[in-house]
Amino acid sequence: MKISEFEAVCDAKRLTAGDSDREITAGYTCDLLSHVMGRGQAGMAWITVQTHMNVIAVASLLDFACVIVPEGLPVEAPILSKADEEGIVVLSSGKTAFELVTILAAHGVGPVSCA
Amino acid sequence: MKLYADLHIHSCLSPCGDELMTPNNIVGMAYLKGLDVIAVCDHNCARNLPAVREAAQAMGLVLLPGMELTTREEAHMLCYFEDVETCLAFSERIYAYLPDIPNRPRYFGEQLVMNGQDEIIASEERLLISALDLSFEACAGLIREHGGLCVPAHINRGTNGVLNALGFLPKDIRYDALEVCRQLPVPGVDLAGWRVLESSDAHRLEDISERGFTLEAGEKSARAVFAAIRAH
Repeated sequence: MKISEFEAVCDAKRLTAGDSDREITAGYTCDLLSHVMGRGQAGMAWITVQTHMNVIAVASLLDFACVIVPEGLPVEAPILSKADEEGIVVLSSGKTAFELVTILAAHGVGPVSCA
Repeated sequence: MKLYADLHIHSCLSPCGDELMTPNNIVGMAYLKGLDVIAVCDHNCARNLPAVREAAQAMGLVLLPGMELTTREEAHMLCYFEDVETCLAFSERIYAYLPDIPNRPRYFGEQLVMNGQDEIIASEERLLISALDLSFEACAGLIREHGGLCVPAHINRGTNGVLNALGFLPKDIRYDALEVCRQLPVPGVDLAGWRVLESSDAHRLEDISERGFTLEAGEKSARAVFAAIRAH
């Protein structure tokens, strides 16, 4: 599904610019950055409660489709500026990570291929 | 004697540390602020400590050698050693637990190793902000095994403070002190009975502590400061 389609079905708010026509090719949820660095793959949607600068660095480095922040958690302005600079789409949703995963799955988004 | 201290400063070896955080700039700023003792604690690596020691000696400041470890749970834990050589040996030991992920300076920042004249002598290639493949408890054990001091970092601040990363301060681990941010609440931990360190965690020169926090030590030396913090 496209990022814009996901935005519509789960009533998420887009916090940055970036390419919302991009296809989400897989989904992943994890809050340990080191773990994500080792397992994340390009094109995936990453659901995480972490909202610091290194989240954007990892998303950019690994070319994720978007970062989804659950439960309406706040994201500070400098983080969003950096995401804009890097062209990373950051979405915010009031739903929990669990609910977001079920929505992605219901729309045909599968897991990353684990090594 | 009373010593003014800032025991948590990052150099330009930490990818998140400003490039102006060179050994001589750090020492110079600490001198201007009237500090007696500093600890430069880079993420998972001690390679800038020989240069900082050289700069500190030239300015009459004491360097307490240290590092800031990232545990498997992504909690931050400071360790301090009596001398730079022991800290370097410990740094080499834990390198085996650091994931072999190369740093990408464009995304994370440079990891510069300098000499005592602030000249770049190397770039650390492995990403230093990764988590070590060692649990919080295992990190504490390894520090102890190498004769170091174990001090959970900024326990009540940031994503990587142990109270955020784990939600509590694990019992059954011997800590020498706790680094605490006094401006913030410390949920679930009674600080009475703990030696509390208040340090800047500066990543930029202007964030190095003012002359405020003090330690009572037998003399103005790294060994005396080390002994003053050690739990008995």
